Amino acid sequence: MKKIYQILIVLTVLALIPFHGKTQCKSFAKKVCKLELTPYIHDGNFNAAILTEGEDAELYKTFYSGQNYRIYICGSAALPDIEFQVLDVNRNVLYDNRKSNYARIWDFKLESSQQLIISLRVRNNEEEADELISGCVAIMFGIKEEAD
Amino acid sequence: MNIKLLHRKALYLSVVIVSIALITGCGSGKDKANDSDDLVTIDSLEIDEQLIQDVKAVKEIFYSLPSPLETAMILKQAGAKYNEELLNSTDNTSRYVTNKSMALNLGIYTTDLSYASLFDQTQATINYMNASKKMAEGLGILNAIDEDVLERLEANINNREVIMDIISETIMNSSSFLEENDRQAMSTIILVGGWVEGLYIATNLVEDDVDFNNNELVNRIIDQKLTLGTVLSLLDENSDNADVLNVMTNVNELKAIFDKIEITTSKIEPVTDEETNVTTLKSETTISMSPATYNELKEKVKLIRSNYIL
Repeated sequence: MKKIYQILIVLTVLALIPFHGKTQCKSFAKKVCKLELTPYIHDGNFNAAILTEGEDAELYKTFYSGQNYRIYICGSAALPDIEFQVLDVNRNVLYDNRKSNYARIWDFKLESSQQLIISLRVRNNEEEADELISGCVAIMFGIKEEAD
Repeated sequence: MNIKLLHRKALYLSVVIVSIALITGCGSGKDKANDSDDLVTIDSLEIDEQLIQDVKAVKEIFYSLPSPLETAMILKQAGAKYNEELLNSTDNTSRYVTNKSMALNLGIYTTDLSYASLFDQTQATINYMNASKKMAEGLGILNAIDEDVLERLEANINNREVIMDIISETIMNSSSFLEENDRQAMSTIILVGGWVEGLYIATNLVEDDVDFNNNELVNRIIDQKLTLGTVLSLLDENSDNADVLNVMTNVNELKAIFDKIEITTSKIEPVTDEETNVTTLKSETTISMSPATYNELKEKVKLIRSNYIL
């Protein structure tokens, strides 16, 4: 009987992790990630999730001609490096941070507006570990007015 | 009650909770599309179908619409002027009593707030922040716009950078609060309200005698065809909500008009400036839109928006 209760407690805690994680993610994005966008202004959108090593995410967004953009992939310190690519609608690679030592920031502008895909993946930890590491990953966008 | 039965029921309940948590924690997916030709004709529906078939294994999918702040910045960058008459009057706040109307008008007022602040309209900025606060409170979005936000806004009313930061924070507080509380449907309606307001302002700022082939504001309006697919994907994700379905009908009416506009874009070439480390995505786009289509779009946006502001 005791074992059933232990299982129940573990299952309930597991079920509640995502909801607690969402709150932690917001706080993390607000306090830590937003600062890295300076001098760009955060657009205000909240795109964050709890990811485990080896997991990936994609984001679809239209970027407009005339604006300067900063993409910042913000991950919890405990997570391994995060790979991220920027793709066009046909999935041609326009940027790959593996060629820039897993840089988390990419600044860009466009000659004509485009719908782009931000594709990211948390790398697997190279060291042997008993547990998979999970943490908050936020995709933040900064915008800046074109200088006159 | 039989104690064994109670335990079994508790176990079943846990399994159900965990299953729901796992299901809601996972995103939908899509897979890889074909390589591009040099020229690509953009069709939001085709892109969407490609995307929907794609990425099956991806854990989390985000569809990001331009936030009200980004919409206002796009308008200003494209040469828009300030015209307060186009904005939804802050006297209208008492009209909005349903969740749907409050959500739509939170998006609308936040776009108006961003637009006013970018043009240094101090009193309008305060008024629209207050109107947004009323809508957020009506939706039960706690602390997104509290007294502290209003005090900081008034104390920094002549510092545009701080004002924009405050607006960005309030948008993030609202969207993250709704996300945390599994109210993504409301969050989507807010974004669509803001998007329609941006279209309304833009289409009304284009002068009658404008050269359609050489006008930045017209170009930004046409660019919304690219965003349309994302709007519909976002709505579709929340299509179990009746208010979302209702809004989706409006967006599909806009889609029928945007489908008449043709956008062709060349292959994108990224070029990085080694000094600034800023990459320019070089590409050429050609657009084909008749004045009749533009007028049809303008009238449809006006009609939808007037239904939203009541």
